Amino acid sequence: MDLGEINPVLLVASLMVAATPLLLAAIGELVVEKAGVLNLGVEGMMIVGAISGFAISVETGSPWLGFVAAAIGGAVLSLLFVLLTQVALANQVASGLALTLFGLGFSALLGQSYVGIKPPSMGDIHIPLISDIPVIGPILFQHDPILYVGIALTAAVWAVLKYTRVGLILRAVGENHDAAHALGYKVIKIRIMAILFGGACAGLGGAYISLIRVPQWTEGMTAGVGWIALALVVFASWKPWRALLGAYLFGGITVLQLNLQAAGVAIPVEYLAMSPYIITILVLVILSADKSSAPASLGRTFHASH
Amino acid sequence: MIVLEKRPQPSKAWSYATPLVAVLATMVFGGLLFAILGKNPLQAIGTIFWEPLFGEFAFYYRPQLLVKGAPLVLIAIGLSLGFRAGIWNIGAEGQYIMGAIFGAGAGLAFYPLDAFYIFPIMVIAGAFGGWLWAMIPAFLKVRFGTNEILVSLMLVYVAEQMLASVSLGLLKNPEGFGFPGSRNLQSYESAYNAELIAGSGMHWGVVTALIAVIFAYVLLNRHMLGFHIRLTGEAPRAAKFAGVNPARLILFCLGLSGALAGLAGMFEVSGPSGVVSIDFNVGYGFTAIIVAFLGRLHPVGILLAGGLMALTYIGGEIAQSQLGLPAAAIQVFQGMLLFFLLAFDLLTNYRIRAARSEVA
Amino acid sequence: MKFTSLLTSAAMALGLATGAMAEDKTKVGFVYVGPVGDGGWTYEHNKGRLAVEEHFGDKVETVFVESVPEGPDAERVMTQMALEGADLIFTTSFGYMDPTINVAKKFPDVKFEHATGYKTADNVSVYSARFYEGRAVQGHIAGNMTKSNIIGYIGSYPIPEVIRGINSAYVHAKKVNPDVEFKIVWAYTWFDPAKEADAATVLIEQGADVILQHTDSTAPQAAAQEAGNVVTFGQASDMSEYAPFPRVSSIIDDWAPYYIARTQAVMDGTWESANTWDGIREGMVAIGEISDAVPADVKEEALALKAAMAAGEYHPFTGPLKKQDGSDWLAEGETADDGTLAGMNFYVEGLEGEIPQ
Repeated sequence: MDLGEINPVLLVASLMVAATPLLLAAIGELVVEKAGVLNLGVEGMMIVGAISGFAISVETGSPWLGFVAAAIGGAVLSLLFVLLTQVALANQVASGLALTLFGLGFSALLGQSYVGIKPPSMGDIHIPLISDIPVIGPILFQHDPILYVGIALTAAVWAVLKYTRVGLILRAVGENHDAAHALGYKVIKIRIMAILFGGACAGLGGAYISLIRVPQWTEGMTAGVGWIALALVVFASWKPWRALLGAYLFGGITVLQLNLQAAGVAIPVEYLAMSPYIITILVLVILSADKSSAPASLGRTFHASH
Repeated sequence: MIVLEKRPQPSKAWSYATPLVAVLATMVFGGLLFAILGKNPLQAIGTIFWEPLFGEFAFYYRPQLLVKGAPLVLIAIGLSLGFRAGIWNIGAEGQYIMGAIFGAGAGLAFYPLDAFYIFPIMVIAGAFGGWLWAMIPAFLKVRFGTNEILVSLMLVYVAEQMLASVSLGLLKNPEGFGFPGSRNLQSYESAYNAELIAGSGMHWGVVTALIAVIFAYVLLNRHMLGFHIRLTGEAPRAAKFAGVNPARLILFCLGLSGALAGLAGMFEVSGPSGVVSIDFNVGYGFTAIIVAFLGRLHPVGILLAGGLMALTYIGGEIAQSQLGLPAAAIQVFQGMLLFFLLAFDLLTNYRIRAARSEVA
Repeated sequence: MKFTSLLTSAAMALGLATGAMAEDKTKVGFVYVGPVGDGGWTYEHNKGRLAVEEHFGDKVETVFVESVPEGPDAERVMTQMALEGADLIFTTSFGYMDPTINVAKKFPDVKFEHATGYKTADNVSVYSARFYEGRAVQGHIAGNMTKSNIIGYIGSYPIPEVIRGINSAYVHAKKVNPDVEFKIVWAYTWFDPAKEADAATVLIEQGADVILQHTDSTAPQAAAQEAGNVVTFGQASDMSEYAPFPRVSSIIDDWAPYYIARTQAVMDGTWESANTWDGIREGMVAIGEISDAVPADVKEEALALKAAMAAGEYHPFTGPLKKQDGSDWLAEGETADDGTLAGMNFYVEGLEGEIPQ
């Protein structure tokens, strides 16, 4: 055992990569939930984004177009959720689960001819000078562009929710849809936009896995990240920066436990493997002193009866 | 323009008709999908819905419907009580695993003793394992106000690691040449949850699922606790005035759903499955959530929904091998069925009307 | 039992009925644990199935069901195939062992072939591949290629199959490079590409410049490519899209020859229950092309090693070898017996760390 073999700089740099798909999906879902909608179909939207992005970037040779396609793919799938929950007023929990089931199957059908192909690489941004600064350089300035998109998106969502009228309306809709409706806001329309945004973000997160993190296409390759992203939103108590923190924490513990294994630390491996989940629970208990709670209308169906 | 008008009372007629309409719609769109994949749509749909029930080998598939449906129903019944009260246990998969580990562990501890009391002990241990695993989110919620959705979900992954760990270590078959997985309980008579009548598919898990349906029905309709559960879900403030103790309700609902999921895992591991192995769990805990909602959180509805899900699984497998349909197409088909069932439910609670000008 | 006889008679009645209709068509069923699009384990088995179809043309009909969970679902799928007149059924995952035995009891006239298990019956054979022979070649190349003397190894679960591979690779790496050290990371999952990517990155960050993987995704290949100077080997499939570097060679599962031979045996009526453990010699384990990134002399030695195993002249576990705790395992010139190898649950001397139990 030699803990000296773990390089903290590289550890931080790689946990940022590990956290990015989680972060992208969680930020999208956060906006959806702020609008008072609970979409449990994140995993389904991610996997559809993963194959849409993969297919398009293989066909066009451009990873950027791939990411655009992934966002569209995720949003299109979330449109099904819109139809179910906003138009047909179906139960959101069940609709979200059905969306995941459908998305997993649908992505597998789409992806049948893409197994065993290598997608075009996006490459890292390498800015001269600043990316060569010791410690800070590798951590902050030597990543792929989408990682920065994730952080920028977090900042944007935070700013919009906090400072703009759009954010205010969104929150109002999520807190009390009847009151928001009485004030003349178009509750359904706002929620639809939020759901589509959430779908697009989940799609990006999925494509990050299939195009950058792994990169390859195999069926079911998101392997449960969507569920963790859902948990992360609750963990973050619907605050964007805390979602970022949570994603890094979760990604960090996963990477750290692998590091400890490689360094030969004599903790039974199965306990290391379950540690990210246990620590998340512990942190949650500690954070429970914070009483900021869920949007009040979360998961409730809205119907303008008069 | 078309608007929806809420019915004062849910329509009885539509609540029976919508599942049929939904199945028909799924057949149309599913058929379209199968046609796109180059298969004969009528044949494919016939295979999925007809073969397991009335086909040549229905004598084998009908009992299998019970085997496949029972764990779904048993878990979904437990979940539905909590869901009605707004208590969200989505970690039934983990409770199912812990029930299996505890149940099988209790049985294997007696190996090779032959005694009548072993199986009852396993039943208790299985229920206890599931209950214990569900009490973690319950306790944390009551004590710290921690969100039970998150905790119960995280515990699924912890349980999966535990399952791998005991399959490779504690419960590993000493005569298994070092391979992972426990002894097969099917060949340990005192611990074997055998079919009660050979070839019927009826094992203790199926019986327990049916009892649970009746129990839940009585509880919800005839009992004060059931009233409190419904009241808490529909009008939390009124529930408070009615003297409902939220902490006790949380402990009860999570505990019961955990115990039932644990029982499902225990009956599965001691019967149809036989071994504790790394891949013992196959997602019943998550599918049961869908079953609970498809059944509209009503015990009888859940029974029917569980049967329908089991039918599409078994019919889907037959369609795969007979017609060469990919598993993914079956998954999409199931997804469609759920979509339509959920969407058409609208007609039960709402009327569709042409809008008049005074409607805002 | 009443039910069993009912099943059997139904199968027989059907067998007679279809037998009259399509006398010369042999029906072969395959039960897969993953999707055929997994790019690894199931993908290769499905290639074997396609090879059977191609080889026999109209004389066979193959059916398969994919993503079948181990346990009662597998039992049902096998029963269904048998009911529908399959003559031969391949069940391709360790966890299908007991279900295969159960179903085989009900259908004595149907032949079953179970991959990677150890339970046989009159109508149940088992078959597996000696992947550790391929690991020996990998170990040889890896020991020569490493400059940091640290070789990373990504394992799925600590089961005999994986441990055997680690030992074989280590023994042969050590032979050519006494300073070599293995870093082993257990992913505790069969399938999670993102986690495999993390594991590979971690190993590279901790100084490994050769990565061996016992998981099926290409994630470690991509991580190595990004790092630039790290060597990898394809697993399960060739992964040639990462050749010539970082992927310098690979172990490929080639089930086609076996599947064709067993189908032929059923057609000829010569099928007998057997316990097959084939390796490089029989073609069940193939070594993917060794790329030019490997120095010519190393490549030559690796090919010689492969040839020696193919000729049956060399066994990867040949003494003197000691166990990790220093106790004797194999004496000079002694080779490991299959029983010990099948249930291998110890490291050889020199490997560090403990096997998780």
